[in-house]
Amino acid sequence: MVTKVHMEALSPTMEEGQLVTWLKGEGDDISEGDVLAEIETDKATMELVARGAGVLRKQLLGEGETAEVGAVIGVIADADEDISAVVDGAGTKAAEKTEGAAAEEAAADDKAEAKDPAQARAVGATADGEGADAHDEGASPGGARGEDTVQREPAEAEDGEAAGRGADASADGAGRLRASPLARRLAEERGLDLDAIEGSGPGGRIVKKDIERAAEEGAAAAGSARASAPAAEAESVKVSQMRKAIAKRLVQSIGPIPTFYLTIEADVGRLLELRGRMNARLEERGEKVSVNDLILKATAEALRRHPEVNASWRGDTIERYGRVHVGVAVAIDDGLITPVIRDADRKGVADVAREVRELAGRAREKKLKPEEYQGATFSVSNLGMFGIQEFTAIINPPEAGILAIGAVEQKPVVVDGEVTVRPRMRVTMSCDHRVVDGATGARFLATLRDFLEDPMMMVM
Amino acid sequence: MAVITYREALNQALAEELERDPDVFLMGEEVGQYDGAYKVSKGLLERFGEERIVDTPITELGFAGLGIGAAMVGLRPVIEFMTWNFAILANDQIVNNAAKLHYMTAGQFSCPIVFRGPTGAALQLSAQHSQALEASYAHFPGLKVVVPGTPADAKGLLKAAIRDDDPVIVLEGELLYALKGEVPEDEDFVIPLGVAEVKREGKDVSILTHGKMINVALQAAERLAGDEVDAEVVDLRSLRPLDLDTVIASVEKTNRAVYLEEGWGFSGIGAEIVAQVQEHAFDHLDAPLLRVHQVDVPMPYSKELEKLAKPSVDRTIEACNRVLYR
Repeated sequence: MVTKVHMEALSPTMEEGQLVTWLKGEGDDISEGDVLAEIETDKATMELVARGAGVLRKQLLGEGETAEVGAVIGVIADADEDISAVVDGAGTKAAEKTEGAAAEEAAADDKAEAKDPAQARAVGATADGEGADAHDEGASPGGARGEDTVQREPAEAEDGEAAGRGADASADGAGRLRASPLARRLAEERGLDLDAIEGSGPGGRIVKKDIERAAEEGAAAAGSARASAPAAEAESVKVSQMRKAIAKRLVQSIGPIPTFYLTIEADVGRLLELRGRMNARLEERGEKVSVNDLILKATAEALRRHPEVNASWRGDTIERYGRVHVGVAVAIDDGLITPVIRDADRKGVADVAREVRELAGRAREKKLKPEEYQGATFSVSNLGMFGIQEFTAIINPPEAGILAIGAVEQKPVVVDGEVTVRPRMRVTMSCDHRVVDGATGARFLATLRDFLEDPMMMVM
Repeated sequence: MAVITYREALNQALAEELERDPDVFLMGEEVGQYDGAYKVSKGLLERFGEERIVDTPITELGFAGLGIGAAMVGLRPVIEFMTWNFAILANDQIVNNAAKLHYMTAGQFSCPIVFRGPTGAALQLSAQHSQALEASYAHFPGLKVVVPGTPADAKGLLKAAIRDDDPVIVLEGELLYALKGEVPEDEDFVIPLGVAEVKREGKDVSILTHGKMINVALQAAERLAGDEVDAEVVDLRSLRPLDLDTVIASVEKTNRAVYLEEGWGFSGIGAEIVAQVQEHAFDHLDAPLLRVHQVDVPMPYSKELEKLAKPSVDRTIEACNRVLYR
């Protein structure tokens, strides 16, 4: 009797496996249950066990080669049985599949974009190397096979890494997301991205409690500026399955949104002066405002005047948000979260400052409520305090843009024909080209620069 | 309120309806002189006489047909089958005549007949005498089907069935006849056909069921409560007409359901309910709908095998845990 040896899903999140070592050779006797090979998956190295008895007639996958889950990678049969049918069919498939996998993923991205805005949202989430490494230790699926189809993986959940992992966890080889109908509805109602949520149900199915957990942990707040701090390897190392998974997710985050970047440099002399005067008045109340608070206010005011930028791509339409809610990127222990200052255009700078301080504090303690980090219409990320002069941030879908604020530097500039030293600051805007064209973005930045250089213009 | 047995509740329903309407009569094997094979018709022959309580030979097809003929000319017969297994012999009369006469005669004839008797398994009655056939009768348009699981439901539903102008199949249970419960004493206590009842309120999972399985469901719910799972038990009571609204309301509340039935799974009542629930409450489902039913074998004679074949509290709890991802 012929038994096909398949690349099995040795973990619910596995999409492909790399054959590390064959533990049985062609011609060896096989009993059901014998360990045939060691397979490296996205999580760990696991044993592949024989599902039938006979002789290992053919190894169709070589050591070091990779195959998709489901591919036939070997044949067990009686010594004299005709296995040509299996070998001819399967041999090519294993190879095709590994090549085809890349094409399929690209196609899946395109499909995702065309299909449904909810699905097309970039998984800008937990793609940083640190998080992935924590997984190595945290995730121990134990005795791979014989494992119940109901997978738990609470370790991942606690890390708060639900985001990135979710892309693999809940999508099967064909890129289909598994989620119960209820979970889909709840995710849509709450504006959560299913791609960013890990499923605890069988086969990685996302179910109601995963949605509730994701909402609590803020998995939906896809960190945008994470890309600014990549975990780079110093030497040339063969890419492991895990690293491949991280890479794939990063591409998914940038891929769907056609992004371009615009940079301006503003003279912030008057802005700094304004800050000084404001703080003098606020001292009595024991409060302070920072340059960033003023920048947030200026951004909100500029957005109010440029509703075409304060918008979102919805597939058939562009939704222009009626209100201005500015997301402020806050660095926390594990990474990044973006609490939202609602109606920032209608709040005074002091109020904005107070709110940013309060939300950032709670963000660092991981005590933000979902409504506090969801619903931004535009985001701002500032790395000036780290000395970064200029950088590009990744857009937080479904927003259409994000500002990357650099450090304020004293620079020599030419004013009225003379060289003088002025405080200058660079702002780079990432724009979703489906919503914002070059000229539109440029006009917005011109307004913003006007507000930064001459804050009085905000009240004109 | 009086606490009486299911058997007494049926007896009262029959007596009250016989008293109320002179066109009502009871016919079947052993219903008269023997006081009923299960004593459901005890004392009725004495009280109402031979014209109203009619003993028949062992000929289900024959007396089912007699009843249908009587119904067509204006009487209101209650035909008792000693068990529903025996009624299989009368199926041609039930499904081809009773179910279809009104339709095929463009309403010129009605068939206000009730067919009643015990359904499903008892203890070691073996393959041919343990079948739960509600699914096969519910299949036919033209038949109404009710499955009372408590004494109160038995009385209210039987009275409603007798008063109904359409053929009604009433499926009781040998293991239910001794069950005690509170029953309203009002002579006009009637439970309308097509109304389900939530027998136990809960919020975590819906156990949908009918007939004698209510007890299994309630026991499962008790044990689950000890494990901090609050199960809701919905008793359909009426298979045709079906109260889908109550079922959907329950599933929308709990987001997951298990159908528990005595009969087989393939094409069972559970299969129909699951189909309708997924159609009408799709976006509320957090898990697939599961069914717990008799193992797909003819009922074994052996005591131990029979226990294993019947749907149990354990299997019900297991199904609930699966839909709860526990």
